[in-house]
Amino acid sequence: MTDAAAPRRLSHAYLETHSIWLVIGIVIAIAIGGIVEIVPLFYLKNTIEEVKGMRPYSPLELAGFNIYVREGCYLCHSQMIRPLRDEVERYGHYSLAAESMYDHPFQWGSKRNGPDLARVGGKYSDDWHRSHLNDPRSVVPASIMPGYPFLARTPLDYRHIQEDLIALSRVGVPYTQAMIDHAADDLAAQAGLTGSDPKALSDRYANAIVRNLSAQPAVTEADALIAYLQRLGTQVDFKLYDDKANIR
Amino acid sequence: MGEIGLMLVFAALAVLWTLIYSKAYSAPYAFHAGLFAIGSVAAIYAIFQRYEKRDAAMPPAMIDGRPNYNFGPVKFASLAALFWGLAGMTVGLYLALELAFPILNMDTAFINFGRLRPLHTSAVIFAFGGNVLLATSLYVVQRTSRARLAGDLAPWFVVLGYNFFILIAGTGYLLGITRSHEYAEPEWYAIMWLVAVWLTYFFVFLVTVARRTEPHIYVANWFYLAFIVTIAVLVLGNNTEVPVSLFSSKSYTVWSGVQDAMIQWWYGHNAVGFFLTAGFLAIMYYFVPKRAERPIYSYRLSIIHFWALIFLYIWAGPHHLHYTALPDWAQTLGETFSIMLWMPSWGGMINGLMTLSGAWDKLRTDPVLRMLVVSVAFYGMSTFEGPLMSIRSINALSHYTDWGIGHVHSGSLGWVAFVSFGALYCLIPWVFNRKLYSLKLVDWHFWIATIGIVFYISAMWVAGIMQGLMWRAYTDQGFLEYSFVETTQAMHPMYVIRALGGAMFVTGMLIMIYNIAKTLASPALAPADAPTVGALQAAE
Repeated sequence: MTDAAAPRRLSHAYLETHSIWLVIGIVIAIAIGGIVEIVPLFYLKNTIEEVKGMRPYSPLELAGFNIYVREGCYLCHSQMIRPLRDEVERYGHYSLAAESMYDHPFQWGSKRNGPDLARVGGKYSDDWHRSHLNDPRSVVPASIMPGYPFLARTPLDYRHIQEDLIALSRVGVPYTQAMIDHAADDLAAQAGLTGSDPKALSDRYANAIVRNLSAQPAVTEADALIAYLQRLGTQVDFKLYDDKANIR
Repeated sequence: MGEIGLMLVFAALAVLWTLIYSKAYSAPYAFHAGLFAIGSVAAIYAIFQRYEKRDAAMPPAMIDGRPNYNFGPVKFASLAALFWGLAGMTVGLYLALELAFPILNMDTAFINFGRLRPLHTSAVIFAFGGNVLLATSLYVVQRTSRARLAGDLAPWFVVLGYNFFILIAGTGYLLGITRSHEYAEPEWYAIMWLVAVWLTYFFVFLVTVARRTEPHIYVANWFYLAFIVTIAVLVLGNNTEVPVSLFSSKSYTVWSGVQDAMIQWWYGHNAVGFFLTAGFLAIMYYFVPKRAERPIYSYRLSIIHFWALIFLYIWAGPHHLHYTALPDWAQTLGETFSIMLWMPSWGGMINGLMTLSGAWDKLRTDPVLRMLVVSVAFYGMSTFEGPLMSIRSINALSHYTDWGIGHVHSGSLGWVAFVSFGALYCLIPWVFNRKLYSLKLVDWHFWIATIGIVFYISAMWVAGIMQGLMWRAYTDQGFLEYSFVETTQAMHPMYVIRALGGAMFVTGMLIMIYNIAKTLASPALAPADAPTVGALQAAE
């Protein structure tokens, strides 16, 4: 290539003949959109609002959340009620940003092979969930959900639950030192195991529902998952929620 | 020197993973630690064996003034693509059948829908598509730069390391190791490995481009570069996570809720934009002109649509989050840019299709070219459907339904898979120096797969729109007309038709593998008969 043929600096031919500048150009082009759309979400009021009632997951609920993640439930069930008439009537109040603020990672989902679960908590009994997980078609004959009978057969492994709380506190979930120290105790208490302290549990986790599993040989994965499902969407009291508070 | 260094790195990895194996919190993680340890030892052995056998001097970059191309890694990746393609599509067919006949979930953990679906998506996108991109990019960059691939062990580390990543990711899903971010499910340790592989890939590619003996960087290489760079940025951005422990496969994402959702779909949509679009457009820009033996229609159009495409795509993520808790302004930005994206997408389609000017008659006689051209037509169709679905009022109907699944498959089967098939039908005979066994079988593959796609996407359009309308149907008294499960029941016939379409597509894949196997079994061509493949210079 002779000097006469060398492309001018501000021409596209310059990028076509200088690989580093081509890479730099690409990086600039792809950086802008992401920065504009993502960065403000960490500052805007309606994306970081705190709503009364939201508390971190109790250890048993967290173990259930992790099973929900592990089994890929989000692939068929959304947890995001849109502000559309039919959705609000079918599932309940539309979902708030704050309601998933402790979900690491978020479980909004993208496809409904089954119904939305954002407010499934309290809609069915524990026994219903147990039968449904075991054999969905025993309670909903036309269901296409897989059966999960193995969850009720698998004892919950919570030897390391404390480390889960520590990792979550590192990414900003406000677990106190007491919550971390008593993670395994609180899990046993919420399962209703004999010799545990339900009072200490409810002091640390408001409205945690204590279950009575003391007759079982062990706390199972199904128990944890049901504890998580029964909590979904029940934290915010919409009689008290001020939906104008974040409008400026 | 590089060999000793790499062997030491693998030795350190082998020790580390043996330690993790002995202390892992869960059996699946111990299994992965074992795989990593065995893989590291195997890598040391392979490097040593190779060192024993090779000449003291490195292979020359040029022989008699012609580049001494390195096609070994290209061969490996192109055959791996066939294997993973069949595996991923078969799993997809099984998933389709699970939705139609839930008894196929067998009440077991390992093959239930929730664990199998990430295996399907990862296997077809990252294993099949990824190996096609590796094979074609490592081929095209050498040809269009007229330079030997940079590095000696590095290109092998890229293709073998990438396929090892696929193995870890795929077995992880079946064993319940997942981050639950769609198309970004692998856990922290698999991602760390992937980042090492990907950075090596970037440097191999960039250094090869830098060593080119052609003055200009060919347009396909811009697209490959944008794909490689952006995927690196996206993977790093969407994988900020804190592992529970070195001995646990579990990690927690740093972001939560709405921020996590936005970052995930910034990643997710641009995995489509840069992995499944930019990367495969690069394939189009080399293989369509090559096969048609025509120059690219417009060089200027390729410049404009390249920069417009990569700039606009990044903004489109929020259209996956319409009517959610994501702020309205972000949804509006996503919607607006998605609609604008229609233009550069069609710029690419026009550039691909118009390249056929003066060679349209070849569609009658060359089914490989027909596959490439139909893929570009499908690209045009799904990049029209995408902006349409990103309009909020339409999205209110289509979101959460099978319309989305249909849209994805018109893009992935019609565009990505077809352009891949076309490219592999060209590439494998070239690098193995064989004549393709049968064009007649390519014809069969083309028609069976095309009809399969039509069954698939039509069934999903009907299922998706029907379910969306049923969800919002009201009775005269103002009550919701259908329960959720009634909408599920109504879709059963569509699910059966979809599975039929999928079965046809898998059949096409089997025909292709047979055809390629027969091709490889045939005797190598004498150099004089070898198909001539020169570097390609665009018109204008």
